[in-house]
Amino acid sequence: MPTVKIPPVLRPQTGGDPEVSADGGTVGDVLRALAEAHPGTRPQLFADGGELNRYVNVYLNDEDVRVLDGLDTPVSTSDTVVILPAMAGGARD
Amino acid sequence: MATTAEPLEQIKERIDLIPLDEAREEIESGDVELIDVREPHEWDEAHLEPATHVPQGELLERIDELVPDRSERVLLYCRTDNRSSRAADALQGLGYDNVGVIRGGIVGWQEAGLPVVEPEGLTAQQRMRYSRHTLLPEVGVDGQVKLLNSKVLLIGAGGLGAPSAFYLAAAGVGTLGIVDDDVVDETNLQRQVIHTTERVGMPKTQSAKLSIEALNPDVDVVEHRARLDTDNILEIIEGYDVLVDGADNFPTRYLLNDASVRLRKPVVSASILGFDGQISTFVPYEGPCYRCLYPVPPPPELAPSCGAAGVLGVMAGVMGLLQANEAVKLVAGIGEPLIGRLLLYDSLGTRFTELKVKRDPDCPICGDAVPEIPESEMGRFPDYEAFCAGTPVAH
Repeated sequence: MPTVKIPPVLRPQTGGDPEVSADGGTVGDVLRALAEAHPGTRPQLFADGGELNRYVNVYLNDEDVRVLDGLDTPVSTSDTVVILPAMAGGARD
Repeated sequence: MATTAEPLEQIKERIDLIPLDEAREEIESGDVELIDVREPHEWDEAHLEPATHVPQGELLERIDELVPDRSERVLLYCRTDNRSSRAADALQGLGYDNVGVIRGGIVGWQEAGLPVVEPEGLTAQQRMRYSRHTLLPEVGVDGQVKLLNSKVLLIGAGGLGAPSAFYLAAAGVGTLGIVDDDVVDETNLQRQVIHTTERVGMPKTQSAKLSIEALNPDVDVVEHRARLDTDNILEIIEGYDVLVDGADNFPTRYLLNDASVRLRKPVVSASILGFDGQISTFVPYEGPCYRCLYPVPPPPELAPSCGAAGVLGVMAGVMGLLQANEAVKLVAGIGEPLIGRLLLYDSLGTRFTELKVKRDPDCPICGDAVPEIPESEMGRFPDYEAFCAGTPVAH
């Protein structure tokens, strides 16, 4: 089963797990399976129309899916899907 | 002959102090023995091309051998003309009756824009200090000279800027600019190692400067006690070769990106939170820019601050040093910078992940279709606060 790497900001929604297995034939399927299993991740990943939120980057292994086929990019069982929002850190609230 | 107690003004009255133009003519004629009486480290920094170096302390001993004919024209100089005046006076006491001194010395000479010889390499002291660098074939004296001549700007003297500043200073980066309008707080000291307990309350740039000066006097620290904004950014970043982004908010990152692309300045960008860090190097038009990677910022709930969520001090250090590493590579022109590569560090698992970042042809900042910004518009930027707040932005 493909592995999904969960960024720190989403880990509370996966019970703290940094890596989750999720099944699917495409990146979209895998992410939807993730959202199914951990509903807290859905609003962070998907906009209302079901497309990926623009501020979330998704990689298939090391390649941005935007340069591949987006959510339709095929995924094989040994692949890793990486979810990556931007960070700015900082000391101020 | 002067005693040490004799005032300089009096000595100078006995000396042939000649102005720069005359000195220059004499030197060009070739009929003069030009002697630089300064210390070795001063000679190493810069000297007049046809001069012979005889430090003041050795002059009386060596002059016989150097200028056996005491009627020969001898021209001395030092930094200004104090030491050379004393030296000339001493020579006159020995029977040299055709001695002149360049009025204003090498300082005056350089201020008049006249040429000097600068060292091909390092001073003796620098050779010692940076020997562990120059021993590396990829760095060598050339690389170290590049570092000493470089100007690096650190945006933020905090979790990322603090360790970065320390190591860039140690590496001999000649000019280190630091932008930070904040003061040292006790909560900083868990990771911002350039500051100290005694300096809580002190402006961060000032604190950083103190630490850097103690570590390496070769480094000139320029304090920019300000927040970067659309009014000051171009002016601030213009004078630097490499920008190191340790900012703590999205609007600044987007502004910095826009400005750095306009001025074609490379940016080493890192961010940290919790146990995780990211770093990449953006070289305008050679690789992607920040906007290619993150076209829009996340909503606040997906981007907490370290103040809210915490950050492992050591991890901040690792990322700051990775930034310094990138900056050194860019300046020295060695190795492979993280252009088109985003490096993720998970300090809890001690794992590095590398992702590919591509230039976005449709990027509104560095894309192919972006028109060249006319000079009149150079200083005008969109509203990044509004952009990051998600409100529609007018360009």
